[in-house]
Amino acid sequence: MNEATPSAEVRTQKLQGLGTARKRVEDVRFTQGKGNYVDDMKLPGMLFGEFVRSPYAHARVKSIDTSAALAVPGVKAVLTAEDLKPLNLHWMPTLAGDVQAVLADEKVLFQFQEVAFVVAEDRYIASDAAQLVEVEYEELPVLVDPFKAMDPDAVILREDIKDQEEVGGHGPRRHPNHVFTWDVGDKANVEAAFDAADVTVEEFISYQRVHPCPLETCGCVASMDAINGKLTVWGTFQAPHAVRTVASLISNIPEHKIRIVSPDIGGGFGNKVGVYPGYVCSIVASIVLGVPVKWIESRMENLSSTAFARDYHMTGELAATKDGRITGLRCHVIANQGAFDACADPTQYPAGFFNIVTGSYDIPVAYLSVDGVYTNKAPGGVAYRCSFRVTEASYLIERMIDVLARKLEIDPAELRIRNFIKKEQFPYQSALGWEYDSGDYHTAMDKALQTVDYPALRAEQAANREAFANGETRSLMGVGVAFFTEIVGAGPIKNCDILGLGMFDSCEIRIHPTGSAIARLGTISQGQGHATTFAQILATEIGLPADNITVEEGDTDTAPYGLGTYGSRSTPVAGAATAMAGRKIRAKAQMIAAYLLEVHDDDLEWDVDRFVVKGAPERAKTMAEIAFAAYNSVPPGMEPGLEAVSYYDPPNMTYPYGAYVCVADIDVDTGVTDIRRFYALDDCGTRINPMIIDGQVHGGLTEALGIALGQEIDYDEIGNIKGGSLLDYFLPTAVETPVWETDFTEVPSPHHPIGAKGVGESPNVGGVSAISNAVNDAFAHFGLTHTQMPHDHWRVWKTAERLGLTG
Amino acid sequence: MISGSFEYHRPKSLDEAVGLLDQHGDDARVVAGGHSLIPMMKLRMAMLDHLIDLQAIDGLKGVREEGGNLLIGAMTTQSELIADPTLAAKCPIMAETALQIADPQVRYCGTIGGNVANGDPGNDMPALMQALDATYIAQGPNGTREIAARVFYEAVFFTALQDNEIITAVRIPTPPDGHGHAYEKQKRKIGDYATAAAAVLLTMSGGRCATAAIALTNVGDTPLYAEDAAAALIGTAVDAAAIDRAVALAEGIASPAADARGPVDFRTKLAGVMVRRAIARALERAA
Ligand SMILES: Cc1cc2nc3c(=O)[nH]c(=O)nc-3n(C[C@H](O)[C@H](O)[C@H](O)COP(=O)(O)OP(=O)(O)OC[C@H]3O[C@@H](n4cnc5c(N)ncnc54)[C@H](O)[C@@H]3O)c2cc1C
Repeated sequence: MNEATPSAEVRTQKLQGLGTARKRVEDVRFTQGKGNYVDDMKLPGMLFGEFVRSPYAHARVKSIDTSAALAVPGVKAVLTAEDLKPLNLHWMPTLAGDVQAVLADEKVLFQFQEVAFVVAEDRYIASDAAQLVEVEYEELPVLVDPFKAMDPDAVILREDIKDQEEVGGHGPRRHPNHVFTWDVGDKANVEAAFDAADVTVEEFISYQRVHPCPLETCGCVASMDAINGKLTVWGTFQAPHAVRTVASLISNIPEHKIRIVSPDIGGGFGNKVGVYPGYVCSIVASIVLGVPVKWIESRMENLSSTAFARDYHMTGELAATKDGRITGLRCHVIANQGAFDACADPTQYPAGFFNIVTGSYDIPVAYLSVDGVYTNKAPGGVAYRCSFRVTEASYLIERMIDVLARKLEIDPAELRIRNFIKKEQFPYQSALGWEYDSGDYHTAMDKALQTVDYPALRAEQAANREAFANGETRSLMGVGVAFFTEIVGAGPIKNCDILGLGMFDSCEIRIHPTGSAIARLGTISQGQGHATTFAQILATEIGLPADNITVEEGDTDTAPYGLGTYGSRSTPVAGAATAMAGRKIRAKAQMIAAYLLEVHDDDLEWDVDRFVVKGAPERAKTMAEIAFAAYNSVPPGMEPGLEAVSYYDPPNMTYPYGAYVCVADIDVDTGVTDIRRFYALDDCGTRINPMIIDGQVHGGLTEALGIALGQEIDYDEIGNIKGGSLLDYFLPTAVETPVWETDFTEVPSPHHPIGAKGVGESPNVGGVSAISNAVNDAFAHFGLTHTQMPHDHWRVWKTAERLGLTG
Repeated sequence: MISGSFEYHRPKSLDEAVGLLDQHGDDARVVAGGHSLIPMMKLRMAMLDHLIDLQAIDGLKGVREEGGNLLIGAMTTQSELIADPTLAAKCPIMAETALQIADPQVRYCGTIGGNVANGDPGNDMPALMQALDATYIAQGPNGTREIAARVFYEAVFFTALQDNEIITAVRIPTPPDGHGHAYEKQKRKIGDYATAAAAVLLTMSGGRCATAAIALTNVGDTPLYAEDAAAALIGTAVDAAAIDRAVALAEGIASPAADARGPVDFRTKLAGVMVRRAIARALERAA
């Protein structure tokens, strides 16, 4: 190092690597309206597709008359199941190993199911013509209640598979409307624990059907090049490579002749993981008509037909000693899958990672069983900003702990602390089969409780309760505590695949001669800021400034194969691949530097952005210098160039966790819940970009608020979807959103190359529990154990009324 | 979410607009701010062949006071109502109510004429107009007529307005100085129609309520003018007993639909809560 060399701090700062609040490079275009979304695409000769959808939830399709629609000038084609049959594309596989009708084949199974696809010169003509397609239906009895699905006299929904013994390889079905039973744990030991317990509690806890509702709806442009036989599809895909493989498998087009591109995506939250009839119909229409075909969902189509989330109806039980040691957990779930099982769960996990239901607690024995059933509701079952079914599991245990706390008259925060897995127990083997890699729950909880001054909150609540009893106020204060553990970063190929594709991820790096780089990944950002954060990971690994590194994702012709972005897997898996590929680059760079400096490799050490000779710091080669040398003066026998690729198969999941506290005031006369304070402490391991983490937490908490206080995709008894528009579906705005206080601890994941665990979904998982616990807590002293979400005005008012509190 | 096709007209005068309406009858509608009509057209719940835009017609905008009345042009937007100094001084409940409508974007476009003519019980202005005893001035092929807000609303989307009439202005008797007023609205989120809402106006004299008017939003097929509830306040000191009576009478006329905002019993009770709170605030403000 000579005098001209800036200090290590200055050089580190310049890299904008790990730990810096680097501004999002994406925002330059997003904030100027210069993003490029699917619906911005215009190709010469492009046509537009529009669906004819079923008004009924369950009906036989007697006939379809397309003649009036075809007669409209500008209409090019009207596709029905009959047209898709010869191509064997009238049904398609779902990610859960079930099949789904692309266009209704003989019957419709949910309201707004796709029945025909009208293709026309513009959207307006397509919409007008869609109204002219005449479909004759014969209505059938409708089944919406999942608890009646397996009644002996229940109407059979899926006639196509009624004799099939199992769906998706998940074991025998007990009824034609039964999809699967999934059970985990030791039933007998759990029974013994319950028999021996001082105290047991049981509660029925529903997690209502909701929808991820990204701002951008789903859509695509399919373009078949008749000359070279190559199909290109630009679309709202959270997993472009998986889409390419599925498209190849179902269409028999060779995979190298398919290019899938995800351009900018306006939010996904799980909604854009699956394959939808709109994609298949656009592809077929483009093949048949020889021109590009665009399909874009309306908001109501998005809410009513593509990928809902949750709809889990859970019975939880805990056994404990009188001093509050939990000795067993038992739980049964009825999972309402809708008309087709289109969950995006890894193959071995029909109920996702619901077996994380033991939460953050050292529960010695547990038993879980989940029954999936069909109903006349829209298909889906995606992970709405969470890892597969983790938010349902977390909600159940976090509510159950509160229920047990009431029964034992132990403070809910204290009960959690008594049962936490201790720091020294990690790696911890859970009763339902997971190996928690790391954590320090006690420290996180202590910090949270101290920051919010928890004892003072409880004292204030006691005063509020007295004032309420004396008629001095009509407002009740609730304090909700939640401590969640997520399981993200799916995942190790040994236990995670989707349709047989192992859930690794990838990164490919090329260093340019002048010291800049491009990194391509198998994931795809939908707002997470990958172009910003992955460049930061790499900047720290290879010593080139993040500003000199382009991150590119989403084009299957250029990006390495990956399983995409959902389940907080990008940082744990693709982020790890990025670091590993960066290390390969650095290893080669070290050899080149040694050659240039005429020393042995081992005589060099890494110093922020350069290799220096040990003991002679003035002799150094910066990464930029090495990059140039890689193209003209590599050691004899070495290939020129500086590139690397890494496919990362994670050894384990990662287990982010957090302690959340919510303080709410409830007006018992109006049912209005006001979130007065919300504190969120997250431990996502190594923090790559604190500003982006804050942004992710703010967004996730806002969704959690939406779910806990209002979101619901509801159906009436004949299967009409109620409120499938933003008039009713609760998307909180800035006005409804409280100030989010964020905080952190930092326990790195021991097996991840940089110790990062993922954060995008934690706030949705923990936030719902904290808010719901606060609402329940407000009424707890009146004997309430649980009231169902969403805690919207009328339901809260009804709760107050049932407790005799309304005027 | 794409409307059917239609012909767009942009008349320059009221006569021309009325002429077009008269000519096309049922197949035509006027459009003002478009923030109720266009969504209905996109849902294809309103299918029409002719859309007659009122934007290019002069003289339909603005607020002025004249002979003890406030005259508000039908094309005055909700955001203009909020910013208007005359209304702020003479009838502040107009801005208070307009601020409860939708969000700023909608209020830049939506007009008072469209809001009162629309006939949706969810609209906030109609109940306020009833409480203020407003009159709508309508022009048709045979000239002008006046219709009192309290008799204007017949059923959901049915009003006393004929297909070939256009509302040109709203006339409100200027409320007396020192009147108390409040518009209380509960909604699920910004941009939502009321779960229940109530407008209250009253004057006090010597510690007693001299005049009172109460009307309810979105708890029936039409806005509800709660005459008996208001009468229960008049002559009293607006004490707890009088308020209880008024609330009970208001609840008595509420007949809300059950929808995603809540079941009938909740929305009925909530109407009462809105009335109670509006009375309390109006009383605080009354001189
Ligand atoms: C997201 C959203 C939220 C909303 N929330 C609320 C709310 O909380 N409260 C509320 O009150 N409103 C709400 N609205 C409706 C909004 O206030 C509308 O602007 C208003 O109802 C209609 O006014 P307009 O000028 O837009 O009328 P338009 O939509 O143009 O017309 C509405 C109807 O009135 C007729 N019409 C219009 N002007 C006249 C006239 N001068 N003479 C005769 N007939 C006429 C039209 O033919 C049409 O039938 C909301 C709208 C949106 C989009």
